Amino acid sequence: MTRPRTVRLYGQMAEFASPHDLLAAAGAARSAGYRRLDAFTPFPIERLSETLGHRPSRVPMLVLIGGIIGALAGYGLQYWVSAVAYPLNIGGRPYNSWPAFIPITFELTILIAGIFTVFGMLVLNGLPTPYHPVFDPESTRVFLEGLSPSGVFDVEY
Amino acid sequence: MEQTPGTGGPRAADRGRPPLIAPGYTSATVTDKISAVVLRGTPRWWFAAFGAAFLLVMLLLGTLGHLFLKGVGIYGVNIPVGWGWDITNFVWWIGIGHAGTLISAILLLLRQEWRNSINRFAEAMTLFAVACASLYPVVHLGRPWVLYWLFPYPSTMGVWPQFRSPLVWDVFAVSTYATISLLFWFIGLIPDLATLRDRAKSRFAQIVYGMLAMGWRGSARHWHNYESAYLMLAGLATPLVVSVHSVVSFDFAVGIIPGWHSTIFPPYFVAGAIYSGFAMVLTLAIPLRAIFGLKDFITDRHLQNMAKVMLATGLIVAYGYLIEIFMAWYGDNRFDVYMSLNRMFGPYAFQFWSLIACNVVVPQALWIKRLRRSPVFLFVIAIIVNVGMWLERYVIIVTSLHRDFLPSSWGMYSGTVWDYSTFVGSIGLFLALMFLFIRFLPMISIFEMRTILPEARVEEARK
Repeated sequence: MTRPRTVRLYGQMAEFASPHDLLAAAGAARSAGYRRLDAFTPFPIERLSETLGHRPSRVPMLVLIGGIIGALAGYGLQYWVSAVAYPLNIGGRPYNSWPAFIPITFELTILIAGIFTVFGMLVLNGLPTPYHPVFDPESTRVFLEGLSPSGVFDVEY
Repeated sequence: MEQTPGTGGPRAADRGRPPLIAPGYTSATVTDKISAVVLRGTPRWWFAAFGAAFLLVMLLLGTLGHLFLKGVGIYGVNIPVGWGWDITNFVWWIGIGHAGTLISAILLLLRQEWRNSINRFAEAMTLFAVACASLYPVVHLGRPWVLYWLFPYPSTMGVWPQFRSPLVWDVFAVSTYATISLLFWFIGLIPDLATLRDRAKSRFAQIVYGMLAMGWRGSARHWHNYESAYLMLAGLATPLVVSVHSVVSFDFAVGIIPGWHSTIFPPYFVAGAIYSGFAMVLTLAIPLRAIFGLKDFITDRHLQNMAKVMLATGLIVAYGYLIEIFMAWYGDNRFDVYMSLNRMFGPYAFQFWSLIACNVVVPQALWIKRLRRSPVFLFVIAIIVNVGMWLERYVIIVTSLHRDFLPSSWGMYSGTVWDYSTFVGSIGLFLALMFLFIRFLPMISIFEMRTILPEARVEEARK
């Protein structure tokens, strides 16, 4: 395996056997003053992110923004087409027949909000990330060689 | 353990019920068991099954080729019955899809943890059912090659879609539904794709799963955004799923044909969609869990819960049938009265009474606990409901159209061999996609199964 010439420390890692221990350790590390903390778990653990001191997720705000864009674009498109670009006078009925425009406005609200949700989540998580120091196979090997929960090792970068 | 556990553990309401996952499993063994289905190589029966489904796909392609050469005349449709098997199949397939979204989104918001072992393949089912459904409105267009006229784009002809038409709403509803279902399914898969990447032995599989997992590493920061996004998407998908079948029902209800022009249509269509969708989930889940030995994850309790949802939605559908007849009588519109009588006693009476037998009478057996506990029996009921729901759409479409206001414009309809081959072919397409899915992707959500294990409980002192 080729390594970067300058090996520098990325972080330190410890393994815990249960979510409970991990949460306790995260809390302890946080109160000891450590700020650049992260944890890696095979499934989501409630309160872990808060315990590590991460900020609340910005995904909901993106969903709101996407939804507003979708609603405005959806209604705007239908209004523009039906009243400006291609008005059809059918028995004098109003061009801006808003009740008929609700279904598509709704669908586009959901569509754009959904796209913002998924891609927003990926961007906020910095994905795709093809390489990350945590993936280092050598450190994974060391990791797998059976460290006790108190075992700590370096992940080089 | 006395306190209410966190995300993972079973909730207080679950005590005393059979567990959602057979005892003795750990995070590692759950992962082994589910990922083994994908990673241990292809069983021989898979080739036979996929091959059979693939032949049906060829049948579909052959039929469509013939259709594009000859035109929609090869189908039995004509005036007065301009919608026949195509639209019946469209509504049937899209209805089936609804259970997947219901399971993945609505049951997530309601914190029904039993969904965790069925949501993945139910979502796949949704996706493939929507793929089959969206085929029909396209191919039954007289000129399918100008399909793109349905979308708003600045054309050189200077014309735009009619946004007041339910058929245009349908285009937006179905394409939004397909997109959101795909996104929901894919983000649900990301952590599991990372698991497969880490466990795959072959270099090729590592690269493919690795690229699809996009560098997921289970960081707390990731999970935090991920859970938020998953919940938000569930919140978006919930009204979406209700809107999609409502819009599909507008295709009928906005028309003035007796038997279509009814305000009961949206709720009754949505309930019917969920009903048929759960029937399809059972149709798939019962053989899958037997073949792959996944009875520890998809337990009898899961099957019973689905049977109960089926019973409840079946009753809503039965109520819909009843109210349609009641409103025809109460409204005292002679055309509506005639339509109801014609449906029950006219030339399509056999289809109508078969639908009542399949959708209303037979499923009442689900009240009996002993029968709900028998997978074989549930499988049979699920098939009957699938047939019944197909008949329902056929009856709604054909009996309403074939005799409307003027007796001089009455006519009869029946499907042709090309209708049958298109339908059978679309079932083949659905099965072929399903076989590819169970072969290459984990059919049960691994990370969500981990969260319901006892070891995932967080025992924390209450604040």
